[in-house]
Amino acid sequence: MAEVIWLTVKLAGVTTILLLILATPLAWWLARSRAWWKEVVGAVVALPIVLPPTVLGFYLLLALGPDSPLMRPLQAFGVRTLAFTFEGLVIGSIIYSLPFAVQPIRNAFQAIGDRPFEVAATLRASPLDAFFSVALPLARPGFLVATILTFAHTIGEFGVVLMIGGGIPGETEVLSIEIYRLVEALEWDRAHQLAGLLLVFAFAVMLSLLLIERRTGRLRP
Amino acid sequence: MNSEAGMIEGTFQGRLGEFTLDAQICVPATGVTVLFGPSGCGKTTLLRCVAGLERLRGRLVVDGAVWQDSGRFMPAHQRPVGFVFQEASLLPHLSVRRNLLFGFLRTEGAKPISLDQVVSLLGLEPLLERGVERLSGGERQRVAIGRALMSQPRLLLMDEPLASLDQARRGEVLPYLERLPAELSIPILYVTHDWGEAQRLGDRRIPMAAGHTAEAAPIDKGSGETDLSARMARLGPEGLLAELQESGIPHDVGRLTLAALQSGLDPWDPRAQSEK
Amino acid sequence: MTARRALLAGIFASLALPRSPAVARAAEVRLAVAANFTEPARVIAARFEAATGHRAVLSHGASGQFVAQIANGAPFDVFLSADASRPIQTEAAGLSAPGTRFTYATGRLVLWSRTLNLVDPRGRVLSAGRFEKLAIADPKTAPYGSAAIETLRRLGLEARLAPRLVRGASITQAYQFTETGAAELGFVALSQVINHRRGSRWTVPASLHSPIAQQALLLKRGADNPAARAFITFLKGPEAQAVIRRYGYEAS
Repeated sequence: MAEVIWLTVKLAGVTTILLLILATPLAWWLARSRAWWKEVVGAVVALPIVLPPTVLGFYLLLALGPDSPLMRPLQAFGVRTLAFTFEGLVIGSIIYSLPFAVQPIRNAFQAIGDRPFEVAATLRASPLDAFFSVALPLARPGFLVATILTFAHTIGEFGVVLMIGGGIPGETEVLSIEIYRLVEALEWDRAHQLAGLLLVFAFAVMLSLLLIERRTGRLRP
Repeated sequence: MNSEAGMIEGTFQGRLGEFTLDAQICVPATGVTVLFGPSGCGKTTLLRCVAGLERLRGRLVVDGAVWQDSGRFMPAHQRPVGFVFQEASLLPHLSVRRNLLFGFLRTEGAKPISLDQVVSLLGLEPLLERGVERLSGGERQRVAIGRALMSQPRLLLMDEPLASLDQARRGEVLPYLERLPAELSIPILYVTHDWGEAQRLGDRRIPMAAGHTAEAAPIDKGSGETDLSARMARLGPEGLLAELQESGIPHDVGRLTLAALQSGLDPWDPRAQSEK
Repeated sequence: MTARRALLAGIFASLALPRSPAVARAAEVRLAVAANFTEPARVIAARFEAATGHRAVLSHGASGQFVAQIANGAPFDVFLSADASRPIQTEAAGLSAPGTRFTYATGRLVLWSRTLNLVDPRGRVLSAGRFEKLAIADPKTAPYGSAAIETLRRLGLEARLAPRLVRGASITQAYQFTETGAAELGFVALSQVINHRRGSRWTVPASLHSPIAQQALLLKRGADNPAARAFITFLKGPEAQAVIRRYGYEAS
C-alpha cells in the first residue's frame, strides 16, 4: 500500500516538474506571439481536456508500442516499448495534464501586458534578461496554480494509466487503479479507505489553491 | 552622410494601425527639446520611435552614433536612452531601490550618475525601501525619472510625465524636472500638450500636428509671462494668434480670445484649460 | 405550424395502429452482460427477440461494477457475469431469485501472439522464455487472469515469469496489450481470437486450470418478468448454445 502511494506521488511529482519546464516556453509563445495560427496551437494544447482519457490512453498505447514510428529511435537502444513503464506513464501524464499547466501560465504572462517589458528594454534588459527578471517573477501566481493543478490532476489520473499501465507493482500501479481494482474485486471497505484518502488530498489541494489566489489578489497594487 | 557630433537627427515614416507618421527631428543634443502638439498628433509615437520601442522606416543618428538606418535597427535595449512613461510604470515586484538599480546594474562602463546623486536630486531618500504600490502618483513619477537617469542615458525621453498627475502633484514634480538640465548635461526630448510646461522646461519646440512635424523653433523663456495682454503687446495680435494656434487651440477660439482682448476685456487663457 | 401539426398527427396515428397480438403482450428484459461476452450476447438477444417477440436491452460492462450497481438498485433483470464468484456473491446477498444461478458458458484460455511462429502449439515458448512481456487479465478481478496464473503455477513457471507479467484491468485489455504488440504474447480468451487467421497460439488444456465458468442468474427485479424468464430458458436452449460454441466457448 505504501508503495502504491509513493509511486503515485512520485509520478505526480516528476510529471509536474517536467511539465512546468515544457509548458513555460509554450505558454510564453502563446501569450506573446502574433502569429495568426497561434490559436490553432492553443486549441491543440487544450485537446486533452476534451478527449476521454481512455481514448488518449489508447492512442498512447499505439504511440508507445513497438509498431510506432516514434519508438524507432529508441529501439536502436534496445527499448521495445514504453508501455508498462514508469517513463511511459510520465509521458502519458504530461500530455494528459498539459492544458492544466499551460493555461494558468499563459494567462499570467498575458496579464503582465506589454509595458513592463518596454520598461525593461529601456533599462537595458535584453529580451532573455527581461524574461527572467520581469516575466517570471510577475507570473509567479500562474506558476503556482499550474503546479498545484498539474500535481492534483496527475494524482487522480486513471483512464490513461488504465490503458498503458499494466499494473506492474512499483512501476505503474498507482492509487486510482488500485481503487478501481478493489471495487471490481468487491473489496469495498478497502476501496472506501483509499478513496477517502484521495478525497482528503483533493480537498487540501483545492483549499490551498483558493487561499493562494486570495493572498496574491491582495498583493496586487 | 556625416552628421555633426552633438546633434539629434532623425526621420521616421510609416503607419501604425490607422495612424500615419511623417516626422523629422534635427536639434542639438543639448538642453530640453519639447515635442509639442495636441493629443493624438503622434508625439508619443515619435518618441517611441527614437527609443526603439516602435519600428518604422527611417533614420536616427544621435551624437554621431547611428541608431537606425535603412540597413540597421538597434533594438531598444541596446540604445543608451532613458524613458519616462506617462504612467510611471514601476516594476511592481521590486522595491523602489531595486527599481532604481534595475538599469544601473545592466550598464557597462563608466557610471557617472550614482544612486546618491539621483536620490538627492529627486528627494527619494524616504522612499527607498518602500514597495511601489504605496507611493503617490508624484512619488512614483520621481522614482521613474530617477530610474531612467540611473541607466546612464545619453538621451532622456519623457512622455508627458506630468499628464497623469493632479495639480498638486504636478507642482511637486515640476521643480525637480526644472533642475535636471542644469544638474546633468543630458539632452532631453520632452513630450507635452501643455504650453505652460513647455515654456517652463523647454529650450526649443518642435510643433506637431496630425503626424507631421514642423521646423524647430526656440522657446522664449525670458519673459515667463502668462498674461495674455502682455503677450499680445510683445508679439502683436498675429503673433499671439499664431502662438495660440501652435498650442493646439482651435482657430475660432483663438480669434475670439483675440477679439475679447482687443475689446478691453480680460479673457482667460484658453491654453490653461488643456490640463487633464 | 401546419407541418408540425401534421407531424404530431402522424405520430399519434402510428401509436394508435393495432398491433400484432404477440407485440401487444411483449415485455422487456434488461440484461447486464460481462464485457467479454458482448458479441455472442448481441446475437443471442437478436435471435431471442425474433423467436419470442419480447424485447431485450443489453448493457455491457465489468462484472464487479455491475454487482455494485445491482446492490444499489440498478434496473437489471438478468445478470450474465464473466465468472462464477460474483453471481455467488449476488445470490448470497439475496439479490436474485433463488435457484436460478447456472453456468451459461465455459471459457477457454489461449496463449496467443500476433507474431507468427512465436507461440508453439505446446506452449513451450513459456519456458524457453524469449520475450519481455506476457499479458494477462488481472487475476484478482477476472477469471481468465486467475486461470492464467493457475496455468503458470501448474507449469512451475509462476515465480520465474512473475516479473514479466503485465496485468490488464480486464480480459479485453489483456487482449489489447497483446494485439498491439506492447506485450509480445498474452493469455486471452479463445472467443477473442477464434476468427483470427494470423498470429500463433496454444489452446491451454482445460486440465491446467479451474474451469472458467461464466454464470448467470435471474435477479430479484426480473423474477416476475415473463421476458426475463423466457430469456433464461432461451439461453439454456440449443439455438443459444450453438451461438455460444461458435464464439469459442464451451456450452454448458
